[in-house]
Amino acid sequence: MHRLTIPEEEYMLSGHTACLGCGATIAMRYVLKALGKRTILSIPACCWAVIPGVYPHRNLEVPLLYTAFEVTGAAISGIREALDVMGKEDVNVVGFAGDGGTADIGLQALSAAAERGHNVFYIMYDNEAYMNTGIQRSGSTPMGAWTTTTPGGKKRMYKWEPKKSVAEIMVAHNIPYVATATIAYPEDMISKLRRAKEMKGPKFIQILSPCPTGWRYPPDKTVEVSRLAVQTNVFPLYEVVNGKYRITIKPKNPKPVKDYLMMQGRFRHLTEEEIARIQKHIDENWKALLKKERCSQED
Amino acid sequence: MAIILPEDPTPIAKVPSTENKTGGWRTFRPIIHYDKCIRCYICWKFCPDAAIHFAPPDAHPSPKEALAKFDTVEINYDYCKGCGICANECPVNAIELVLEEAGGEEE
Ligand SMILES: Cc1ncc(C[n+]2csc(CCOP(=O)(O)OP(=O)(O)O)c2C)c(N)n1
Ligand code: SF4
Ligand code: SF4
Ligand SMILES: [Mg+2]
Repeated sequence: MHRLTIPEEEYMLSGHTACLGCGATIAMRYVLKALGKRTILSIPACCWAVIPGVYPHRNLEVPLLYTAFEVTGAAISGIREALDVMGKEDVNVVGFAGDGGTADIGLQALSAAAERGHNVFYIMYDNEAYMNTGIQRSGSTPMGAWTTTTPGGKKRMYKWEPKKSVAEIMVAHNIPYVATATIAYPEDMISKLRRAKEMKGPKFIQILSPCPTGWRYPPDKTVEVSRLAVQTNVFPLYEVVNGKYRITIKPKNPKPVKDYLMMQGRFRHLTEEEIARIQKHIDENWKALLKKERCSQED
Repeated sequence: MAIILPEDPTPIAKVPSTENKTGGWRTFRPIIHYDKCIRCYICWKFCPDAAIHFAPPDAHPSPKEALAKFDTVEINYDYCKGCGICANECPVNAIELVLEEAGGEEE
């Protein structure tokens, strides 16, 4: 006998080729636990295109269609429409793409799919850079981060543009369901996926998926870093159901952002002033989110 | 140039990734001290390699009578890459990471 808080069924096998401590594999494991066997995935170029291993190996116990970097939105639209014609309306169609493939190159295909209103899931697993090709910055890389294309040195060219909020871009598409999630809170993530499953139309979930290799922290800290992202309000967990915001985890006494930053080598260079600037940015975002929750819940 | 097709030209990847024994990647070996394990399954929940499974309650000693009816957990060293997440997340520090050469064949 064992009492569990998440489904026991495994649809992601062992023996995959992800780095040790990879957050994106934990994300996939939970997504498939939540959605179950009747699911078809489409994955573009990203770490997850490599993780299952080379042909003829398979790592996932559901059908998977690889697609080009920029077209996940189009691929899932086509799969959905074909399945509907075949009368297979109960099959979940899921795009599972990285932050580069979502915030940057795949944004128009995603936007078009959302606007057309296909009954699909789009999961953005957000490891905050182009990890598969060697840690290049993406639009989703946070303020102050080192990447190989935002290097340090005398000129201090670290990324200073704020992280693009793809979840908010998706809210602006007026789709039925948008949520954020992260791997340290599997029960929260799975209940969001299940809620989304009950809804028809495009569903978008952004999953913060820490990457030890690219974020420069030891692999045993993946879940801890993910938890701290929420406890410092760096990555708030919320959902937007038909335009109504609800923050699903509200830290009682948020920890200083510095605690989160200092765990990771990609932020090690930051000065006290720079940390204060990031703290201010995070505080403003959090206040804005609280306002959105309050305003959207009013009738 | 002749194009050589595989004997069974199918886009369906048939070989499970479990053929790939990733345990060989390990530098640190997580070892569960069953005299501490409270059978909470948190390690099972967070393992990125799905390398922790359940075992019958009596497969290992339990620290408390009340826990003895619950299943216990085991690590599959064929696949565990030794990331240490299980050791970091275990609420009672029942999992110890030991350097692989030193870990030997204890388990
Ligand atoms: C059109 C095109 N440009 C570039 C690439 C090379 N490429 C493959 S994966 C990748 C990075 C993907 O980054 P992201 O979407 O964040 O996923 P991650 O690797 O971080 O999981 C790039 C640039 C490609 N496959 N196709
Ligand atoms: S997390 Fe620790 S106490 Fe819980 S089941 Fe695993 S080893 Fe046992
Ligand atoms: S060390 Fe990592 S891979 Fe090995 S059992 Fe623990 S969590 Fe799983
Ligand atoms: Mg990425």
